[in-house]
Amino acid sequence: MTTVTSAPAAGPAAARARRPSRDRTALLGWSAANLVIVGMSLVPLLWLVSLSFKTPASITDGSFIPQEWTFENYREIFGESLFTRALLNSLGIALISTALAVVLGSMAAYAIARLEFPGKRLLVGLALLIAMFPQISLVSPLFNLWRQIGIFDTWLGLIIPYLTFSLPLAIYTLSAFFREIPWDLEKAAQVDGATPRQAFLRVIAPLAAPGMVTTAILVFIFCWNDFLFAISLTSTEQSRTVPAAIAFFTGASQFAQPIGSIAAAAVVITIPIIVFVLLFQRRIVAGLTSGAVKG
Amino acid sequence: MADIVLDHVTKRFPDGRLAVDDANLSIADGEFVILVGPSGCGKSTTLNMIAGLEDISSGELRIGGKVVNDLAPKDRDIAMVFQSYALYPHMSVRKNMGFALSLAKRPKEEIDRLVEEAARVLDLTEHLDRRPAQLSGGQRQRVAMGRAIVRSPKAFLMDEPLSNLDAKLRVQMRTEVSRIQNRFGTTMVYVTHDQTEAMTLGDRVAVLRSGRIQQVGTPTELYGRPATVFVAGFIGSPAMNFVPATVEEGELRTPLGAIVPDERQRRLLDGWTGAAADRRSLIVGARPEHFEDAALEQAKDCPGLRFTVTVDVLERLGSDSFAYFTLAGGQARTADLEELAHDAGTVELSGKAEQVVARLDAASRIREGEKAELWLDVHQLHLFDPDTGRNLDAPATA
Amino acid sequence: MRSPSEPGTRRKAPLSARARAERRLGWALCAPAVVVILAVTGYPVGYAVYLSLHRYDLRFPADSEFVGLTNYATVLTSPLWWQALAVTVIIAVISVAIQFVLGLTLALAMHRALIGRGLIRTVILIPYGIVTVVAAFGWRYAWTPDTGYLSGLFGDAAPLTSQVHGIAVIVLAEVWKTTPFMALLLLAGLALVPEDLLRAAKVDGATAWQRLTRVILPLMKPAILVALLFRVLDAFRIFDSIYVLTAGAYDTRSVSILGYDNLFTALNLGVGSSLSVLIFLVVALVAFVFVKGFGVAAPGGEGHR
Repeated sequence: MTTVTSAPAAGPAAARARRPSRDRTALLGWSAANLVIVGMSLVPLLWLVSLSFKTPASITDGSFIPQEWTFENYREIFGESLFTRALLNSLGIALISTALAVVLGSMAAYAIARLEFPGKRLLVGLALLIAMFPQISLVSPLFNLWRQIGIFDTWLGLIIPYLTFSLPLAIYTLSAFFREIPWDLEKAAQVDGATPRQAFLRVIAPLAAPGMVTTAILVFIFCWNDFLFAISLTSTEQSRTVPAAIAFFTGASQFAQPIGSIAAAAVVITIPIIVFVLLFQRRIVAGLTSGAVKG
Repeated sequence: MADIVLDHVTKRFPDGRLAVDDANLSIADGEFVILVGPSGCGKSTTLNMIAGLEDISSGELRIGGKVVNDLAPKDRDIAMVFQSYALYPHMSVRKNMGFALSLAKRPKEEIDRLVEEAARVLDLTEHLDRRPAQLSGGQRQRVAMGRAIVRSPKAFLMDEPLSNLDAKLRVQMRTEVSRIQNRFGTTMVYVTHDQTEAMTLGDRVAVLRSGRIQQVGTPTELYGRPATVFVAGFIGSPAMNFVPATVEEGELRTPLGAIVPDERQRRLLDGWTGAAADRRSLIVGARPEHFEDAALEQAKDCPGLRFTVTVDVLERLGSDSFAYFTLAGGQARTADLEELAHDAGTVELSGKAEQVVARLDAASRIREGEKAELWLDVHQLHLFDPDTGRNLDAPATA
Repeated sequence: MRSPSEPGTRRKAPLSARARAERRLGWALCAPAVVVILAVTGYPVGYAVYLSLHRYDLRFPADSEFVGLTNYATVLTSPLWWQALAVTVIIAVISVAIQFVLGLTLALAMHRALIGRGLIRTVILIPYGIVTVVAAFGWRYAWTPDTGYLSGLFGDAAPLTSQVHGIAVIVLAEVWKTTPFMALLLLAGLALVPEDLLRAAKVDGATAWQRLTRVILPLMKPAILVALLFRVLDAFRIFDSIYVLTAGAYDTRSVSILGYDNLFTALNLGVGSSLSVLIFLVVALVAFVFVKGFGVAAPGGEGHR
């Protein structure tokens, strides 16, 4: 590698003198803007963290930083089955839905990205339609239907709608990833003697793995986040997820808001999201924006 | 190893477009055949059909005497090198080269031995455990070739394997390809759009245009006796010059001047039939090297056509010089020539007048912008029918 | 389309064995996804239409009967529906407009930032990923008198107890949560604007503002339209934050909240279902306007391979 020390191109001396300072101002400006963004993004979350560490006595003091710190709120929610059971439900339902969505989504996405068959465009349109569908429109019929067939207030009763609404997301994200895998690789595998199944398992799937991880994270976040279905299609602890359960928290007395417990529960269910974001920031961004922009 | 026969092979895409039209080509065992033509001429489709990556709409494809129309690529025992190389990015060079063998369930020691042998031939030994992304363009290209040769397949198919390399490397790899073919003696079908590659590499070259094979022959045959205006214009660089001509009073009247045909040409003109023959109008082709500076020793006293032109541009290459000049008096026009111009991107450049290029000896004293007398060896002229584009000298079979 | 069951007749463009196998594989791979999607949407939507044409009160399920379009008439003549629709439209339009401006600024800032781009991308993903209900609780307690750090900001008034202030807080929560998503979509669009083009514009004498409005934005138009379509339709479904922030009190109901209340408070499935159908129609109309009016290309819909 040859490294050339880049001397500034010869030009009017005045322009040369002005340039660095203007660049520095711009850089400072953008950096300041970025700092504001970071602050704005974090403050509401830090506020909840603060609330969750406040003692019942100091919780209504309006201070952003707790005056007295306590773990009492966390101890309390983990001592109650209302929360622990909800956490289990949330995890189980989100994980199962995610696994199913990635498997079914991969199959459909591969077909859409790689195969020619009638009805493909219809399927893409259908998926787009579902992605934009107002969930509330399904709540009434599903509420009634689930009670009739006996899956109201069960894990299955939530997994099915979650799967439906995350499949379009999974199909879009995955087909964008499948499309990026050069078509020639599959041809090369065929010429090398691979059956379609071998070509998929040994060449395509390993290359699509990052896309599947991305998709899994996005789908998990979607299921983890849901509130409308969770409060509409459940009625007991048996399958209520955390977002729904929080709404049923009760305070020490009838009039006291269980602010501390809610804040603690809120912080707990935010932890997985933070972990994902920290570990897979690049992948999440790639997944969110795939398909949104045509290259 | 095996021979490959295309017997009236046709490919029609689902949208009705005809990609390959009744291709007949017989490739002998161990032969190196090049398919060449401008983009969209059907050469890659033909190669894909031989590989089994593309269905054959009608006709028969035989490899080693066996009809393989309905065989999947994996059952054809052919290896292919792709333009993009198509190296598996998640596998090491070793795994890439051994992939086909491992799919064929060959024993591990044998795979290792074959891969290492191929790596030695291609000078890849020290890169065996790297990933394709860590290699340079030339190394990737060699891995792609290595993946093909480890298998000792019935045939190698190469789809523009050198077009992603820079010019210098391309020349280097061209020799490499020749060396490999000589060494293994495997039947090879090689697709390219670069006529220089085609001329330097192949035992035989098939020139394709809009899905039809125009001519198959050795490089010398294609250069010396092109069957059509298209082949004549496509093969050779700089390209052959074409000027319109009419036959009047036993003379060929061209913008260069009147030419008295020699005996061979007279015989061709006498045997010529068709609408254009009745109109007595034809196209005359002259290769740049058949011109010379009339003032030079080589041209002095030689029989031929002498004419004076103004040289627009003169390129001195040292070994020789190229003189460009324009001729008034209309352009030679056929569908073939228009397609060639399209391919070269010169459609808009050529106006009404005919551009001619002459290759002159380096000793020539001609100057740019000045009048110069040039000499043309009329015995070497090619005569083409403007309607069919065929060389009057070519056997009249389709 | 000729039926594939006549393999003997080989006329124009016959399907080869490979093409037939490809078709079968394509259908087989898509079938499970299609079945799930249709089972959970197709049937219930049909069922919703059916219910909406009947009187169906959960307290008196036996008293159900066909009533034609009466439920629709009930909804469409009710000021509650029109108010909820107006609130939803206001929230959607204002929040998406703010998101767009902020998101574009954010995208430009991230695009230009030389340092800490990764940090910022990580940080702004937190609002996107955080559970909406959780975020809404954060905002609610922030504005709750005495408890919240923001409550004193506008005097003693409790902002969540009036329509205008309530909607303002809802919009704030919405903007905070989804601006990052908008910014990422726009950033991806921004990455498609070739740097050389901006240099060329600079040489041509364009100011920074002219470069933005005359070069960058026109080139980003497809990305912008897709982002706006997604955001508008998503904002139209707003439910979680309103449920937590005001529970729809003080006339801050969105159409989704109205539908929910009708089902679980009024227990009226007939009217609730006609609401569902109407919401669906409004959303379809918005999507239609975007696709036809602005020429938004459905992402991934080009179906080439």
